[in-house]
This record gives sequence, C-alpha cells and structure tokens, in this order.
Amino acid sequence: MTADTAIAAHGGQTLRRSTRYRTLRRFTRHRLAMFGLVVILLLVLACAVGPSLVPFDQFQLNMRARFREPFAGAHLLGTDELGRDMLARLLMAGRISLTIGFCAMVIAVTVGTVVGTVAGFYGGAIGTVLMRFVDAVLCFPTIFLLLTLAALVSPGIVTITLIIALTAWMEVARVVQGQIRALRERDFAVAAEAMGAPDRWIMFKELLPNAVAPIVVAATLIIARAILLESYVSYLGYGIQPPVASWGNMLEKAQQYLTTAPWLALLPGLMITLAVSSFNFLGDGLRDALDPRSELS
Amino acid sequence: MSAPGVNASGLATSGEGPLLQVRDLTVEFRGQTGRVAAVNGVSFDVRPGETLALVGESGSGKSVTSLAIMRLIGKAGGTRIGGQILLRRRNGATVDLLAASDPEIREIRGTEIAMVFQEPMTSLNPVHTIGAQVAEGIVFHRRISRRAALAEAVELLDLVGIPEPRRRIDSFPHQLSGGMRQRAMIAVALACKPGLLIADEPTTALDVTIQAQILELMQRLQRQTGMSIVFITHNLGVVAEVADRVLVMYAGRIVEQAPVVPLFGQPLMPYTQGLLRSVPRLDMAGGVHEELHAIPGNVPDPTAMPPGCAFHPRCAHFQPTVCDGAVPALEAADPDHSVRCARWREVSRRVPASQPVPA
Repeated sequence: MTADTAIAAHGGQTLRRSTRYRTLRRFTRHRLAMFGLVVILLLVLACAVGPSLVPFDQFQLNMRARFREPFAGAHLLGTDELGRDMLARLLMAGRISLTIGFCAMVIAVTVGTVVGTVAGFYGGAIGTVLMRFVDAVLCFPTIFLLLTLAALVSPGIVTITLIIALTAWMEVARVVQGQIRALRERDFAVAAEAMGAPDRWIMFKELLPNAVAPIVVAATLIIARAILLESYVSYLGYGIQPPVASWGNMLEKAQQYLTTAPWLALLPGLMITLAVSSFNFLGDGLRDALDPRSELS
Repeated sequence: MSAPGVNASGLATSGEGPLLQVRDLTVEFRGQTGRVAAVNGVSFDVRPGETLALVGESGSGKSVTSLAIMRLIGKAGGTRIGGQILLRRRNGATVDLLAASDPEIREIRGTEIAMVFQEPMTSLNPVHTIGAQVAEGIVFHRRISRRAALAEAVELLDLVGIPEPRRRIDSFPHQLSGGMRQRAMIAVALACKPGLLIADEPTTALDVTIQAQILELMQRLQRQTGMSIVFITHNLGVVAEVADRVLVMYAGRIVEQAPVVPLFGQPLMPYTQGLLRSVPRLDMAGGVHEELHAIPGNVPDPTAMPPGCAFHPRCAHFQPTVCDGAVPALEAADPDHSVRCARWREVSRRVPASQPVPA
C-alpha cells in the first residue's frame, strides 16, 4: 500500500508539473501570442509612466508649432493642428482607451459569467428565458446598438465603458452556459449535491473554476473588441469628447488633414491596430495553449 | 457486514425499527414512446447497522433507486416519482424524503445519508485539493472555521487509510491513484458521520486487489461507526463478502429478497439462480473446462416490457399463462425471504448452488 501510494504520488507530481509545463510551452511557442503579450506589456508600461517622461502636456497649445512633422525637432512624434504634442496625447489617449477596454471587459465577463452560469446550471425555464434574452440582445447589430445608446446618454468614460460592456457580455454568457451545462452532469457536481452543497456553492465553487480557460480567452478577445468599439464611437463623435484624447477621437480630428499631415491619422491608427491585434493574438495563443484537446495524454 | 446471526442479535439488543423504509417507490421517466418505469413499486427496509446489497444487471433500477433516496433525480423532463421514502432522523422524527423541503433535504444529505460513487476518477473535482473537498461537507453542515475543518479532514484521511494525510490534503485528485481516490471519496462521504451510506458500485472501477482493500475499509468503518450501508453492485462475489441482506432487482422490480446465506444457499427465483450459476467458481464440476452458465437473452427493453413476469422470456421454467399472465406478487416464502415468481414452489425443489467464492 505504501509503495503503491509513493508511486502514485510521484507519478502524479510529475504529471501535474508536465501538464503545466506543456501548457506554458505551447503558449511560449506561439510566436504571435508572445509578440502580442510583449506589445501589450510595452503599451501598458508606456501609457502608465510615459506621459510623465514627455516634456509636454497633452493639452498645452502652441500656435507657433502647429503641424510639426514627426522625428524632426523637439516634438518626437510631431504636433497636431493646435500645436499639441502628439506623443503626450497618444499616451494619454492610450490610458483612456486601454482603461475603457479593460473595465468593459471586467464588467462584460462578470455579467456574462453570472448569467451563463445561472442559465447553464438551472436549465429549464430559467435557463431558457435567460438564453433567449441573450439571443435577443445578440440580434441587434452591435454598432447600431452602441450608437443608439451613445446618442441617448451623455458621453463620458464611465458611460462609454458601460455601453461597450452592455454589447459584449452575451458572448461570454453563451460560452459559460455551454460549459456549465456540460459540467453539471459530471459526477463531482452530483457528489457535491449529495453532500448537501447549496446551489450557489455548486455553481461558483465547483463548476465555474473548471470553466476558467474559455473565459480567459473570451476576456482577451473582448478587450480587443472594446478598444475597437471605443474608437468607432469616438470617431463618430459620440464617444470620448475633446479635449480629452482617445485614439478614436484623435483619428476623427485627423481626417481633414489626411493629405497635409498624414501622421495625425496614422499614429493613432497604428496604436489601435497594435493594441487590438496584440490582444487578439494573445487570445488566440491562450486558446491554443489552454485547449486540452491539443494535449497528448 | 457482520455475519447475519450476529447482526440479528445486534438488532434485538438495540430494539430499534428500520432506519430507512422505502414504500412502493416508483420512478417514471418520459421516453420518446411514453412513460417508462425505471423503478416499479419497490419496497424495502434498511435496518440500523446492516449492509443491504442491491443486486441486478444494468437497467434493473438499482442506481435509480439509490438516486431517488438521495433525491438526486431531477423533476425536469416529466419524471414522476411516487411512493414514500421514510427516514428516521437523528432527532427521532421520521421524514418522507420525497416530500421534504429542499432545505431539509440539503441538511439530510451528507449528515444523515451520504453517497460514494462508482467512478473515483470523476467524482472528485479536479480543481480542488483533496483536503478542501473533504472539509467542504463539514463546512456546509457545521459552523466551524475552514482551519478546523481541514484539521478534521486530516483525521478523516487517516481514518480511511491514506498515508501521510497531512501532506495529502494538499494533493489534487489527479495526483492520487484510483484506490486512493476512492478512499478520499469515502472520507468525503463520512465527513459528517452519516447514519446511512449509499455505495453505488464503489469497487467496480478498481483493480481486484484494490477492490478487496476498499471493501475491507468499508467493513472496518461500519464496525467503527455503526452506520448502515446500501451497497449497490452487480458483483455477487462482493455481495457474499459484505452483505447482511440482499435485494435482487430485475426490470425495476424486486424479484427476491433474503438474508445473504439463504439467498446464496437456497435461491428461489430462477433469475437469482441464473445469476449465481454465472459466477465462476473454483469447485466447478467440470474443472476449468466447464462452461460458465449464461442467462439467455437480454434485459427487456423498458419501453416494451413483456406481459406477466418480466423475466419469463429468459426463464427455463417458463409456463404459458402461469408466467405471462399477471405480474406475480412478491410472496413471503419464509419470514425473511420473499420471492416474485409464480412457480417458486416447483422451481425451488431443484436447487443447485453453494456459495460462490468471493472475488
């Protein structure tokens, strides 16, 4: 018995370490995901500490230094139509865009997870009603819904975040509902019920931890989409209002100078592209790495 | 799991009635072609401290019966459950588990009735440590701190024979072997010292040597705690080893019920006889070359039950009209021994079988 246990214990530890190791290795081997991760970390770092290193304020106007080209002179990335430093504005806009993306993701994931878990666990009438509601919200074209809502409420960081979250939680709800529905039939869920566990415990302590991987993947993809959506809305003038900068409204102001000062549009566009595709790459990489089916067991 | 004689005297001294009384339990599922009775009018008692074996092939209704006792059969999809399941609670009150409120059922689950499942691989949650899962039940039912619950978990793991329990509480299920996992599962079930343990084929998924260890463990724990065990199995070797009384189920009905010695020595129902003859034995007359008996045919399709005795299409003693007329009643051949067979008097005269060699 002791020998048997010792072998079991040893085998178990090796197995566990190697499973984690293999997941990590699958992720680190995913070049685009690693690229995404590095870019995201650099962006976050730059937006967090960068503005204090740039010798210009984002709101500081300078009528004698308008439309300065990048990489020529004091302004590293040039200036805009009011002579404001582009680098300072891009980094401050990044703070706003990334914050909105992150907060919208947190709200969307929380709401989606709770709705999906409850719907998946109870099934029957409760589950049907919740999921049909999700379907109904999904039926609205996202952009249309987003613009309608943005036109109705006064724009601001908080409202934009809430609106974006409102259009993004359904996907999480669907993913989680499917997972929970499959998990609740598993023996350990029945065993917990047979021990007298309350429903809430079974849902959130027994089942949900087993569904973390797809939620994490969905979360990264939602950040990417939220950044993009914020840009759309701000570009169309319903989002973050000037003089506060976001990548979207910088793009909007820039379009009239597209031929004379193209960097005004290219720079925020590049930031959006970088951030969105990095989060998408990260999400894809996580999905591949966490997918147990790619595990050879 | 004591010898029936000892058990009988134990009952006489305790002077208590049955712990659990199942009365006319019927479970119907809605199938595509209409209602299907998975369990049909099942009645039995579980006495304090005894081991009752529920024996039958897959589809005989034994697992559904156990899930009904735990009230783990969902009411969704048109499932209908009828009858009564009366539990004598610790405080002396008798409660019908089928009629009790959800909070009362939750209180009873784990503390008064607990369950061990067939598959130790899947009945433990892969993301929680063994210690957390054993402590869980304690936390649900008693207002004590997690720390104190974990300390009790260590004791429980020690009780079920897991070496180095202090280290093992931090292990995850996949770090344990199948036998160790089943021990951990038993520790989970015993966490709140239930009076009744339902074990649904707890050894089926294990190696034979580990099976014997788990059976031994359950017998020891029963001696220590005095709990009753309902042991669900299709393995007659296991039955011979652990059971005080045996219930044989076929197609959702009890077909024979007797203490273990008479059941193995004098089976009255042709189905039981067939089951006993299909167990390999070392003393088989033709030595290794003797062919093992197999009951011809299959368990009847629950949507198309044969008329009369459900076993008649497979029975060697079949007689038209006697057997395929009405469903035979469960008759008492002996105060302790009942049988559902229209011809049991004639059939029992030509009885073979001694006790099989335990697995």
